[in-house]
Amino acid sequence: MSRPLAAINDFVVKFANVNGSGSASANGLFVKSILRMGVPVAARNIFPSNIQGLPTWYEIRVSGQGWMGRRGGVDLMVAMNPQTWDRDLAEIEAGGYLFYDSTKPMPPEKFRADITVVGVPLTRICNAAYAEPSKRKVLKNIIYLGALTFLLGIERDVVEALLAEEYASKPALIPANIEALSLGFNYASENLRTLGLQLKRADAVGDRIFVDGNTAASLGAVYGGATVCAWYPITPSTSLAEGFIDYCKTLRHDPETGEARYAIVQAEDEIASIGIVVGAGWNGARAFTCTSGPGISLMQEFIGLSYFAEIPAVIFDVQRGGPSTGMPTRTQQSDILSAAYASHGDTKHVLLLPEGPGECFEMGAQAFDLADRLQTMIFVMLDLDMGMNEWLTEPFTWDDSKQLDRGKVMTAEMLDAGADFGRYKDVDGDGIPFRTLPATHPSKGAYFTRGTSRDPYARYSEEGAVYVDNMERLLRKFDTARSLVPAPITRAAKKQTSYGVIYYGSTSPAMDEALAALEAKGLHLDAMRVRAFPFPGEVFDFIARHELVFVVEQNRDAQLRTLLINEGGVDPARLVKVLNYDGSPITARFIGGELARGMGATDMANTGEMAR
Amino acid sequence: MTYIVKPQFHHPSLNKNALGFTRRDYEGRVSTLCAGCGHDSISAAIVQACFEIDLEPHRLAKLSGIGCSSKTPDYFLSASHGFNTVHGRMPSVLTGANLANRELIYLGVSGDGDSASIGLGQFAHVMRRGVNMTYIVENNGVYGLTKGQFSATADKGSKSKKGVVNSDSGIDMVALALQLGATFVGRSFSGDKDQLVPLIKAALTHKGAAFIDVLSPCIAFNNHAGSTKSFDWVREHNEAVNRLDVMLGRAPVTADYAPGELVEVAQHDGSILLLRKVAADYDATDRVKAMAYLQERNAVGEIVTGLLYVDPEADDLHDALNTVPTPLNRLSDAQLTPGSAALAKVNARLR
Repeated sequence: MSRPLAAINDFVVKFANVNGSGSASANGLFVKSILRMGVPVAARNIFPSNIQGLPTWYEIRVSGQGWMGRRGGVDLMVAMNPQTWDRDLAEIEAGGYLFYDSTKPMPPEKFRADITVVGVPLTRICNAAYAEPSKRKVLKNIIYLGALTFLLGIERDVVEALLAEEYASKPALIPANIEALSLGFNYASENLRTLGLQLKRADAVGDRIFVDGNTAASLGAVYGGATVCAWYPITPSTSLAEGFIDYCKTLRHDPETGEARYAIVQAEDEIASIGIVVGAGWNGARAFTCTSGPGISLMQEFIGLSYFAEIPAVIFDVQRGGPSTGMPTRTQQSDILSAAYASHGDTKHVLLLPEGPGECFEMGAQAFDLADRLQTMIFVMLDLDMGMNEWLTEPFTWDDSKQLDRGKVMTAEMLDAGADFGRYKDVDGDGIPFRTLPATHPSKGAYFTRGTSRDPYARYSEEGAVYVDNMERLLRKFDTARSLVPAPITRAAKKQTSYGVIYYGSTSPAMDEALAALEAKGLHLDAMRVRAFPFPGEVFDFIARHELVFVVEQNRDAQLRTLLINEGGVDPARLVKVLNYDGSPITARFIGGELARGMGATDMANTGEMAR
Repeated sequence: MTYIVKPQFHHPSLNKNALGFTRRDYEGRVSTLCAGCGHDSISAAIVQACFEIDLEPHRLAKLSGIGCSSKTPDYFLSASHGFNTVHGRMPSVLTGANLANRELIYLGVSGDGDSASIGLGQFAHVMRRGVNMTYIVENNGVYGLTKGQFSATADKGSKSKKGVVNSDSGIDMVALALQLGATFVGRSFSGDKDQLVPLIKAALTHKGAAFIDVLSPCIAFNNHAGSTKSFDWVREHNEAVNRLDVMLGRAPVTADYAPGELVEVAQHDGSILLLRKVAADYDATDRVKAMAYLQERNAVGEIVTGLLYVDPEADDLHDALNTVPTPLNRLSDAQLTPGSAALAKVNARLR
C-alpha cells in the first residue's frame, strides 16, 4: 500500500459521470466553491458527441500555485459511472483516492490495494429521502457534493451560498438542495475521515474571472464592432455564436427604440454562412462566422475569393479532432495548415493563435481591425479545450480611447478631390489598395468585384504579366501583415541554453507548469509562444539562436512545424516534434517528460498518457 | 469584344428621366455574349426598367454567380458596384450585402445552372428568408459556357442539340419560389420586352424577395427543334395571365377598362401595380390558387407568364431581425463598442 497522498490546495479530482444525469450542475458548484475559497481551479469537461447515456468526465485541477493546464494523473476519482469503472480506477495515482457509491456491494477484485477507497451509499441515502424519480436523479449529485464538501474540507457555507445563488430564480428548490447537501455531508462526517487532500482558504484568485474562450471571443466580436454574424451549428463552435447572440441582446440595442445594431443569421450551411460574411464584408460591415474543421473544408472556395478579391472577413475556427467527423467533442490543433493555406490556387491567410479566453477576447476584437486593414480573411484559431471550458482568466479590459481601424476606404470626398481610384492599385507600397463601398459616389469609384484576374483598375484581364503583378502585390500585402499581427512572446531561461521550445494556443498553461518543473530539475529552455501567422522575423531569429528547438503541438502531423519549415526555410532536423493528439488537452507531465527526454535527461519520465 | 470600348456620346435629343439621366447612363460595357443571346435582351430590359423608375444607378448593387447569365451585370449599370461571386452562391453574398446596408436596391442575376443545380439550396433559403431583392434567373435550360449540357430546368423529354433526350424532370423555379414564400413571383420571356420591363420595375420597387424567371433561349446550344426552351417553342406556348403597368407614386388611373378587368395593387413604397387581366379568373394576390393554376397549365404544356403572385404588404429579413434603420455599415464606433464600463459589468457576472 502506497502512502495516501497528502496535499493542500494542489491535486486533481476527476468526476466520472453519465451524460444527461444532471451531474454538470453539481460539478460546477464544486468548482465554484473552491474558487470562492480563493483557490485557483482549472476545470475541463471531457464529453461524448451524445445527449444522454454515454460516459462523460469532468477533470478539476486545484492549484494554489495557479497552474491552470492539465497536470496529468488523477488524485481523487469520483467514480459515478459503472460503464467506465475499470479504466477510471486504473487512472488513479498510487496513493490516491476512490470515491464511489457503495450501495451495492462490489467484489474485492474490483478495487486496488494501493489506493484509499471511500464508499458512500449514495443511492440508499437518496432513495430513503426521496420518492420521486426526478428528484432521486438530480439530488444524488448534490448528496455526493455534500460528502465531498466534508471529505476535502470545503467550507460548507460557501457551497450553501452558491446553491442559493444558483436557484435564485427558482427559490422553491433551495431548501431541497440544502437538505440533500446535508445528507451527504452528515453521512461522511459521521462515518468517514477527511482525505489527505485538503482545501484551505487562500487569496490566490484575486479579481480573475471564470469564462470559456467561445464566450470571450463572442464578446471580442461585439467590442470589435462586428455587426453581421452568419453561422451554422457545429460543435465546438456553437456556443460562440450563441454568446454573440446573448451579448448583442444586452449590449447592442438602440437604447431608445430597442432596435438591433446587428444582424445574425443561422444559415443553411457553412457555405452560405461564409457567403453572407463575404457579402457583408464587401459592403463595409464587420462580419464573421464561427465553425470547426469540417466547416473550414466547406468554405474553401469563398476563402479563396476573399483572398483574391480582397474582401475583409473573420472566421473563428474552434478546432476539434479530425479528419472527417473525427472526434467532434475532443480537442486538437489540427486545422493550422488547412486554414493557413486554405483554398485552391496560391493562397495564404492570417491566423491569430489565442492562448485562452483572455486572448480570445483581445484577438476576437483585433481580428476585425486586421480584416479591414488587410482586406482579407482573418482566422482566429481557438480549440475545444479553450473554447468550451471555463478558464480562470484576468478580467477583460478595454481602452475607451481606442478607435476601430476601418482600413483604406476611399470616400466620396477623396474621389471628388481627384483621387485616382484603382481598386487593386498599390498606392502606398504596402500591397494594400483602397476600396470603395457600394453607393459611395453617384459617378465615381464604382467597380466590378470578381474572382477572375484583373488589372489594378479592376478591369478583367487574363494577361500573364497583369496576373503576376497582382499576385506579387498580394505577397507584399502578406508581408505587411507580418508587422501588424500579434508578436510572439519570448521567455528567456534562467541560464544560457542552446535549447528552445515553440508552442501556441491552449498548450500555454500546461507549458507554464512544465517549464517550471524542468527548471526545478536544472533543465533550461528558452520558450517562445507564437501568436500569429505570418510569422514575424523574430520567430526565425529565435530558431537560429538555438541548436535544437522543440515544437509542441496538439496534432499528429506537426502542422505548425511544417509551416515554420515552409515559410522560413528552417532545417527540419533542428525542429523536434512534440505531439499530443489523442483528443485530451496536453498535460504538463507529458510536455515535461518529452522535453526532458529530448534534452537527454532520464529522470523526468513522461507519464505516457499520449499513446502512440 | 471586350477590347471594344463603348462610346459615351449620345444623341442630344435622347429622353431624360426625372433625375436627368438618359437611358445610356444605365448601360454597361459591351456584351461578350453570342450575338442574338436572350440574355442581352434581359440586360436591355434591366436598363430600361431602371431608367423608367428613376433609379440612381449608384444606389443599386448588382450581384451574380457564375455562368453566361452571371457575366451580364458587367453589361448594364456601370455606375453601380457589381459582384461576380461564386457559382451558385450569389444569394448568400447578396444576403450579407443587404444586411450590411439596407438602403440600397439589390439585384441578383443568375442562370438555371447557377440557381437550379449547384445553387438550388441558396435560392431556396434566400426566398424563405425574405431578403429584399430582385432575383432574375435567365433560364435557357442549358449550360452555355461549357457548351451544351442540360441544366436542371430542362424539361423531361426535351432534346439537346446533340440529340440526347432529357430523362430527368425539369425544376420549375416559379413553383419553388411560390412554395418557399417569395412575395413577388413573375415569369417572362426575353423576347417580350413589353412584358418584361414592367415586371422588373415592379420587382425592383417590391419590398421583399422578388423572383422573376425569364425564359431566355440560348441561340448557340438550345434553339433547335425538340428543345422546349427555343424561341419558337416559348413563343408558341407562352400564355400570359396578365399585363402589368407600374405607376410611380399616386397617379390617377384614367384608362378605360371594363369593371373587373383592371386590378390595382399598391406597394409599400407607394408605387401602384396596374394589372390588366388576360386570364379572366387569375388572382395574382392568392398564392394557393396561383400554385394550383400553374400546375394545371403546366400539365397541358403551357408556359404561364406575367405577374404570377404579389404580396404588397410583405416584410423583409430586416423586419424579422428588427435592425436599426441606419445601415449597419454606417454605425459609429460608439454605437458598436460598448466601452469599458459595460465590460466591468460583464466581468462582474463572470466571477
